[in-house]
Amino acid sequence: MTNDTYGLKYIIVKQDTLLVQFYGSWEVSDDRRPALDALKSLHQKTRLKKVEFDTRKLSAWNSGLLTFLLNIHAFCEKHNIEMACAGLPQGAERILSLALAVPENKNARSAPEKVPFVDKVGIWGLGQISAAAEMMGFIGEVSIACLKMFKGSARFRMSDLLLFIQQCGAQALPIVTLISLLVGLILAFVGAVQLQMFGAQIYVANLVGLAMAREMGAIMAGIIMAGRTGAAFAAQLGTMQVNEEIDAFKTMGIDPVEFLVLPRMLALVLMMPLLCIYADLMGIFGGALVSIGMLDISAVEYYNQTKASLNLTHFGVGVFKSAVFGILVAIAGCLRGMQCGRSSSAVGEAATSAVVTGIIFIIVSDAAMTIIFTIIGI
Amino acid sequence: MQKIAPKIEIRDLTMAYGDFVIQHDLTFDIATKDIFIIMGGSGCGKSTLLRHLVGLKAPAKGQVLYGNTSFWEALPQEQEKIMRTFGILYQSGALWSSLTLAENVSLPLKEFSNFSDTQIRELVSLKLSLVGLAGFEEFYPSEISGGMQKRAGLARAMALDPEILFFDEPSAGLDPVSARRLDDLILELRDSLGATVVIVTHELASIFAIGNNAVFLDPETRTMIATGNPNTLLAECEHPTVRSFLTRGEEAE
Repeated sequence: MTNDTYGLKYIIVKQDTLLVQFYGSWEVSDDRRPALDALKSLHQKTRLKKVEFDTRKLSAWNSGLLTFLLNIHAFCEKHNIEMACAGLPQGAERILSLALAVPENKNARSAPEKVPFVDKVGIWGLGQISAAAEMMGFIGEVSIACLKMFKGSARFRMSDLLLFIQQCGAQALPIVTLISLLVGLILAFVGAVQLQMFGAQIYVANLVGLAMAREMGAIMAGIIMAGRTGAAFAAQLGTMQVNEEIDAFKTMGIDPVEFLVLPRMLALVLMMPLLCIYADLMGIFGGALVSIGMLDISAVEYYNQTKASLNLTHFGVGVFKSAVFGILVAIAGCLRGMQCGRSSSAVGEAATSAVVTGIIFIIVSDAAMTIIFTIIGI
Repeated sequence: MQKIAPKIEIRDLTMAYGDFVIQHDLTFDIATKDIFIIMGGSGCGKSTLLRHLVGLKAPAKGQVLYGNTSFWEALPQEQEKIMRTFGILYQSGALWSSLTLAENVSLPLKEFSNFSDTQIRELVSLKLSLVGLAGFEEFYPSEISGGMQKRAGLARAMALDPEILFFDEPSAGLDPVSARRLDDLILELRDSLGATVVIVTHELASIFAIGNNAVFLDPETRTMIATGNPNTLLAECEHPTVRSFLTRGEEAE
């Protein structure tokens, strides 16, 4: 391996001693494998017993040289070759012996084992089972805490509850306003194009009203809360896990599920229906804007048509769904927070996974509820 | 105030994360009113041992006995009763970040005692002034320095006049003078409250100044290799790892 500015030469001196001659400036660190491969094939040809170094032509070096020397050292140790460090620059020799002073802890480095595909599937399956068991356990703990709350013996602070109500209620209004107004607008646009072909544009009011009240209001509020509040819960609890604050609760004899999870869940369950109704109204208002502005429908006509097409049951369905979503988002957020590992990256993962879990819960449970409501005819 | 704190016995304790054994076959006693030091090189499982003692992590094998009760075989109610006698200072302080210092210290008092609000307020001021934090009642943990957080954590650990105090690296991150003052405070707590103290540390100064019993965990063999008074160990123990630890490696050279 030769290069204009730096490099090395292998010279066989005597019959089983190799002299490694370094020259130039070894301050760059590029791939040394060719040099090591050359050493290997040299060793195969002539059984080496000793490696010596000549660094008189070496002008400068840094850790790049040292990593290469460590590679040579490992090679020498494997093949029982003596490595004479005398020819190295003094500093390099000392640092090298420092690096080799503490032998590598073979237990600490867990070698990435090659796992066959079938094993991987099995491990994945077992992981899913234990994850499901963990989730059921958490839901059980939350249920016990809820029971305690109804008996009036749950320990949490009222001020925490009020704070969470403010955070996931009033402070969420701006974003709920924006999103649900736009969803109403979009629904109206999509409907208008089709209905105009039949001159039935007045039914935009039915479309928007029904869609918002039964589905979209609850889903939109739910998804916003999953992204906003669920992630926040996971990050808060995760950080507390990292700081050992949750341990402190446990050893103090205070159940963290009661003290931390219950007020968060209660706040979400209380606020979600209100947010849902608000989102419904905003969506209907968005539909009205499109109808009045584009379809020549007067505000009174739109209002009357909406009123005729909707009844309380429709709103009831949406509100019920939103309460369920509130529970699910809170469970997803708090579960991921409590499961959080003990590092800052784990907090990020917990927040991400809280949002993903929350949204999956929302969509799956919505599908289930919609099917059930359709079958029983609500 | 003089209570007879229970004796702690550790029997054949093996600690593991999954298949990875941290320490095996630990057997030692912590006597009443001991200042017991758990020492050993970094990463040997000192803090993990503490987590086993305070009830946060179940052992892979073996027993932790408080008095005559085996903690990990006891009913949850009994476990809670035993844990109620603990005061724990965590490595990072672990103050509840959403509560002020006063609320941090008063929360256990509110939950587990029948004191009136005035009594609790007075107790909180007392505990905070004991650790030199009088006047910081309304501060949040994020508003004070790391050393102060640690002291506030100690105030919280002392809130219920515990019989056993656990300290996880109490002097890490403290300046030498504060560390010394903390040592004095620990001695004072033992003498005046009659508390048993268990400390995880590798601060040699503290180990020799306050410890009267100790166990040495070895990361290489993954078990305990010495036990006894640290000063006696320094004088008599022959094991090279223990010797080099207690002399900062100077003798081994």
